[in-house]
Amino acid sequence: MLLNILEQVGVTNYIVLSFLLFVVGLFGVLYRRSTIVMLMSIELMLAAGNLLLTVFSVYHQDIEGQVFVLFSMAVAAAEVAIGLAILIAIFRNIGTIDIDKLKNLKG
Amino acid sequence: METLLFILLLFCPLAGFLINLSVGRKLPGMMSGCVANTMILLSFVSALTLFVTNNFIHVNLFTWLSLDFFKIDLSFAVDHLSMLWLIFVTGIGFLIHLYSMGYMKDDPNKNLFFAYLNLFIFFMLILVMASNLGVMFIGWEGVGLCSYLLIGFWNKDQANNNAAKKAFIMNRIGDLGFLIGIILLAYEFRTLEFSSLSHLLELEMPNSYILNVAGIALFIGAVGKSAQVPLYTWLPDAMAGPTPVSALIHAATMVTAGIYMMVKLNFLYALTPNVLLGVAIIGGITALLAASIGLMQNDIKKVLAYSTISQLGLMFMAVGVGAFHVAVFHVITHAFFKACLFLGAGSVIHAMGGEQDIRRMGGLKSKMKITHITFLLATCSIAGIPLTAGFFSKDEIMVSLFNFNFVLWVVGALASLMTAYYMFRVLFLTFYGSFRGTKEQENHLHESPKTMTIPLVVLGFFSIAAGYIGLPIGFNWLNNYLAPTLPNLSHMHHEFGSVSIALMIVSTVIALIGFFLAYKKYILNKQIPLEDGQYQGLSNIIYNKFYIDEFYNRIFVRPCYLLSDLLQNIVEKTIKIIINFGGYLSMWLSTPLSRLQNGSIGLYLFFFVVGFAAIVTALFFII
Repeated sequence: MLLNILEQVGVTNYIVLSFLLFVVGLFGVLYRRSTIVMLMSIELMLAAGNLLLTVFSVYHQDIEGQVFVLFSMAVAAAEVAIGLAILIAIFRNIGTIDIDKLKNLKG
Repeated sequence: METLLFILLLFCPLAGFLINLSVGRKLPGMMSGCVANTMILLSFVSALTLFVTNNFIHVNLFTWLSLDFFKIDLSFAVDHLSMLWLIFVTGIGFLIHLYSMGYMKDDPNKNLFFAYLNLFIFFMLILVMASNLGVMFIGWEGVGLCSYLLIGFWNKDQANNNAAKKAFIMNRIGDLGFLIGIILLAYEFRTLEFSSLSHLLELEMPNSYILNVAGIALFIGAVGKSAQVPLYTWLPDAMAGPTPVSALIHAATMVTAGIYMMVKLNFLYALTPNVLLGVAIIGGITALLAASIGLMQNDIKKVLAYSTISQLGLMFMAVGVGAFHVAVFHVITHAFFKACLFLGAGSVIHAMGGEQDIRRMGGLKSKMKITHITFLLATCSIAGIPLTAGFFSKDEIMVSLFNFNFVLWVVGALASLMTAYYMFRVLFLTFYGSFRGTKEQENHLHESPKTMTIPLVVLGFFSIAAGYIGLPIGFNWLNNYLAPTLPNLSHMHHEFGSVSIALMIVSTVIALIGFFLAYKKYILNKQIPLEDGQYQGLSNIIYNKFYIDEFYNRIFVRPCYLLSDLLQNIVEKTIKIIINFGGYLSMWLSTPLSRLQNGSIGLYLFFFVVGFAAIVTALFFII
């Protein structure tokens, strides 16, 4: 049934969507100053990747893709936990979450 | 037994040097002097023992340089010639060490002084006892080094340091000639041993061109060491050192090393008569030039220095006409009377509290009797008053010169006349007349202590007595003794006939003319020399030593300074720019790149992403 929907919408559109989500996430990581927004953007990039994996698993009628997505989500969760811990450490050190303030390595 | 004597002879001075150098400063009072004196006394006693027992030792320590076709051993051999040198070097050396005990009593660095004196004797003994040219060169260089150390002994005064440098550098120029001579002989004959060279030169027809060049080169070495024209200007400047140094090194021992080397190589020079003619000419020029400068000098030590150069010129003239034994005779007598003169001058300087200008002295004969008598005896000897040692040896030189070439005899006679005149001038101005110094100097005048007057007395005695080893009539002990080592002696032996007597009378007359001229001017007319600015015309030129020092300065020293200025200003700056160019290049490249490291995480992430995208593109679409 999922394959019918896929055939109706067309694989290309899913790929474009995934690409757009990835690029939005990328630009969010590069150009937003708030660390929380950076973490959310990283999640967005991961989500884009997961979406692409799922689409191709339905396209090829192979369940392995979706299994991989489950693993990926677990990893994403762990990574977010650590990212938030680092965020709190940064905040405790410099009192703000503006990434541009971390310039001690300048030179 | 003979190895013991050899070890004592050669290594006692070295031991004295090491002891005084290491612990000398801690020794109380004059202990360092006593150590040095004991060491050289032991050397002298060993030398005397060897002499008396006719023990001509030959010791080979080890092989120094060994190639398959050429070998130099560190070996020592004493022959008749070396034996004579050993006796008077260690003997006069001992007397001068004794004198230094009194002279250097108040010097804070006296342990260093005695160390250097002993080291000098050590190197001189190496030079004299060497059995090949290589070992002789070690001694040659070593005495040059000690001369430098001792001239510049009072090194707080820059003038002394300059004098020491000048002596060493001029010596070195001569040493280059010496080394070239050694290399030529080594190349041609494959050996440097004196005995081997002597045999080789007797047997075959050697390459006369190489012999001539080697002879000239070795003579250049002698010119540097024995202060002949043109390398003589260091010796008057070397008077900046303490007087015992002047007496030992620059009168009695080091400057005779040139003569020693040439007499030792007499077999070589006998085959190159043209070189010998050159030697005689240079000796003649030197004798005249130095004597003429000495006529007008007012520093007592400088007069003696020029007198030394002049007498060495006479000795080289004797060598140049082939009369090697006569040169040796004059070396021995000169060592005695010149050392006596220098030590006497030192005694006078000591009494005058450091004053060396004879215009400020006068009338010292009543206050310093022993110094006066010995100085008088030595002056008579150097002037050639009959029956003194100097008379006999100088007369022999005159006879040899006359029999070779009349012009050379005239040169020698002129030099002797001038010598007699200026030596009596110094004697009269220093010891006779009335005192011309300051009141406090006059109160300070006293005879020197025993440790200084005993050597004076001994040397004064030998200035007269040493002549009797070479009497022209009857048994000439010296010629007899040297006959084994100087085989060419036989054809030089002149019959003592009417010519010899006439020449002897002429020499006496010359000496007396010199005496009377000085007597008339300085005793009868009571003249004293002019002050420094007052000389005119020719006198001024002679007083300023013919401006030869200034001339050398212009043509040798100034270009060196110009060259060093050139290198400093142009070459060094250019090299600096070239080297710094690399630095500037890397800085120019790195300044933009360093802006990448601004610590902003956003920028790092940006490049991270761009780079990743580029790699993926390359992987998927290009490869």
